Amino acid sequence: MKKFLTAILFVPLLAFGAGAELHLDRAPDKATDKAALQNGAKIFVNYCLNCHSASYMRYNRLSEIGLSDAQIKDNLLFTAEKVGEPMMIAMKRDDAKVWFGAAPPDLTVIARARASAFGSGADWLYTYLRTFYRDESRPTGWNNVVYENVGMPHALWELQGDQIMGEDHKLKLVKPGKLKPQEYDAMVGDLVAYLTYMGEPVAEFRKQLGVIVLIFLAVIFVFAYALKREYWKDIH
Amino acid sequence: MSKINAILKGTLDWVDERFPLTSNWKAHLSEYYAPKNFNFWYFFGSLAMLVLVIQIVTGIFLTMHFKPDASLNAAGVPVAFASVEYIMRDVPWGWLIRYMHSTGASAFFLVVYLHMFRGMLYGSYRKPRELIWIFGIIIFLALMAEAFFGYLLPWGQMSFWGAQVIVNLFSAIPLIGPDLSIWLRGDYVVGDATLNRFFAFHVVAVPMVLLGLVAAHIIALHEVGSNNPDGIEIKKKKDANGIPLDGIPFHPYYSVKDIVGVIVFLMVFSVVVFFMPEGGGYFLEYNNFFPADPLVTPPHIAPVWYFTPYYSLLRAVTYPLFGIDAKFWGVVAMGAGTLIFAFLPWLDRSPVKSIRYRGPLTKWLLSIWVVGFFILGFLGTKDPSYQFFGFIPGAPVAQLLSVYYFLFFLTMPIWSSLDRCKPEPDRVTMK
Amino acid sequence: MSCDDTVDCGRRRLLVATAAAGGVAGVAVAVPFVASMLPSERAKAAGAPVEVDISKLGPGQMMTVEWRGKPVWIINRTKEQLDSLPKIDDQLADPKSDKNMQPEYAKNETRSIKPEILVAVGICTHLGCSPTEKFKTGADSGIAPDWPGGFFCPCHGSTFDLAGRVYKSKPAPDNLEIPPHMYLGDAKIVIGEDKKA
Repeated sequence: MKKFLTAILFVPLLAFGAGAELHLDRAPDKATDKAALQNGAKIFVNYCLNCHSASYMRYNRLSEIGLSDAQIKDNLLFTAEKVGEPMMIAMKRDDAKVWFGAAPPDLTVIARARASAFGSGADWLYTYLRTFYRDESRPTGWNNVVYENVGMPHALWELQGDQIMGEDHKLKLVKPGKLKPQEYDAMVGDLVAYLTYMGEPVAEFRKQLGVIVLIFLAVIFVFAYALKREYWKDIH
Repeated sequence: MSKINAILKGTLDWVDERFPLTSNWKAHLSEYYAPKNFNFWYFFGSLAMLVLVIQIVTGIFLTMHFKPDASLNAAGVPVAFASVEYIMRDVPWGWLIRYMHSTGASAFFLVVYLHMFRGMLYGSYRKPRELIWIFGIIIFLALMAEAFFGYLLPWGQMSFWGAQVIVNLFSAIPLIGPDLSIWLRGDYVVGDATLNRFFAFHVVAVPMVLLGLVAAHIIALHEVGSNNPDGIEIKKKKDANGIPLDGIPFHPYYSVKDIVGVIVFLMVFSVVVFFMPEGGGYFLEYNNFFPADPLVTPPHIAPVWYFTPYYSLLRAVTYPLFGIDAKFWGVVAMGAGTLIFAFLPWLDRSPVKSIRYRGPLTKWLLSIWVVGFFILGFLGTKDPSYQFFGFIPGAPVAQLLSVYYFLFFLTMPIWSSLDRCKPEPDRVTMK
Repeated sequence: MSCDDTVDCGRRRLLVATAAAGGVAGVAVAVPFVASMLPSERAKAAGAPVEVDISKLGPGQMMTVEWRGKPVWIINRTKEQLDSLPKIDDQLADPKSDKNMQPEYAKNETRSIKPEILVAVGICTHLGCSPTEKFKTGADSGIAPDWPGGFFCPCHGSTFDLAGRVYKSKPAPDNLEIPPHMYLGDAKIVIGEDKKA
């Protein structure tokens, strides 16, 4: 009995082995950094929301990251009338298909969808947005390290500048952009933090509530266990 | 005080004359005598009931907001997929109800697998409990159907391609197969018609069947009485009043004990719901956050963890047989792998029931079977090309373990009667 | 309750404590389920205040806007129409708007903020039909020879005057509801929100 229970415990140890490896850089954790989230939201609205919708995300939900309705209305509300509306785009899907080959996907839950055994969705996005490089064989002139033959051109190109793939399979910055490399990484970190937040806005509250629920269950456990002991004291 | 008691008693008498309330209470709770030596394995029956209630209640509330509609909305997202995100974001507390339901699905299988394994450990399927066991196996099958139908509803990539693959299994059946799978889908691909009928099965048909089966399972159990870790009948030794000497009333003894089990279970359940609802990609698969796309198959598709041992059995069959291709025999292996449990009462010829009094042969063979079941489950989550430690190919391992899986059952009449058993005690033991 | 041979007080205390904790847990679990049936963020967004531009609404004209799925009428009443209001007080069920069918700032003769502009929910207070406009006066209206203009509900024949006040002895019990509203400048009304006067 004990023997094979022990054996079962070792099964998970078998869970490492081969498979195509994907090396992802770790995204900085800015889940509770309001300033970073607000900056990320601004970048998202300015650079992403032209082609990609976030159709399950309502603008007024941004109050959770410290933005007032008035701030949202004045700075972010380009594609909607009311702050209660979701982040839609004006571009028609059929047009987009003609222009890009495929309609750009909705990005609301992209940070959840891109998670894998190799890293979180944030890691994937953080790596993806920093590894575009020039590739003349592609129709857009761009390729990407983690998303081979990607359909999207480098939307943040002006900020990052031009990278090329070297002979040693490492990326090299050949033409600097508006931002220094560290500034660019920090900005992408903010954007990824926002995308992660948008993927599951309730995540922080969920964890806080979980702590309360577990403490409460622990209290009930004490009572219930004492009650069980009380009833069972005569059973031998 | 006595006046209140008199009114209560009067009300109870009034009901009892019209409905067997008190007698049912006695028959199933306060005078249902259960063996006093239940151990931790005996929590999982009541926990399975609890999870069933959680699934039904959360399911009802999800049904209030979910839309089984595969057409695209204004943002180009399938309505069903968008309605799940609507629940996660726009419905007050919808995220909690949805996470409870998705975690509950995995919890249901975990609890039921442990409950079934308890039966295998202590010979709970043996005479006179064959029907309880068979009802249980049918519950297990209904549960698999329920999980399968439910998994299509979020209409993500894994939902879509999982349903596509499983429905296509039916096309392996000779002659009628291809027409059968079209009939099941109601379309040439998994589509809106499929989503709608799966929704009907998931929220109405299968739950009703499940409830009926659970009732039958419990009625049969209370007719013959519970087994116990010693595998001996407590009804053989009764006191002057006809009460088993080793029996204690289910209520209050096991009701207070099960409450403790329920709280421990809820703590584990809450850890998943509140801190890791995706379960590392095993409870909510990452690819299912992409809406269903009939034109693009995800690079790696695998069933949810609770189906993977059987999925490995399916993939293990790679040879055609009797002029019928391997695909069909794979489906047969998968089906047989689940149905074979139903024959345990007649395959097991051991003179004793419980693992406690069985010989080393049984313990070894069962241990290997359990480890094999885990490895089959693990391989089912991986690509067929998977290699352990980078050099032991997984596919032949799965084939070997699949053969062992069936041989374990098929040769059970021989080894179970050959094994060196220890004598059973007269009375139950409190270990 | 005294502790004697028949009552085990230690056990009773534990039972009460466990039952109480379990009861609290039950209520706590019920809250999210009950709350999930309240209007969602989508419903709230759809029910959000509506901004209306009334600069093109000439005297004697009426426009209808949707707020929370209900028709809201905005009527620019003429001088004559306003003058007719006090004359019919004795034919009305609640001429002074005593019943709470309007915000405090609309509890006046014209049931409005600006005298000429009436904002009212166009739902009959009887059983929820939407009355039709009957602005023509006198016998032409087909209602009464002395009809001063107002609204007529096609379902059960309730009539309302040009301030949404209900006539006596009609099925509808109350005046038409005046929704919360406020002015943003001269020609812009927000319906569904007010200054919480």
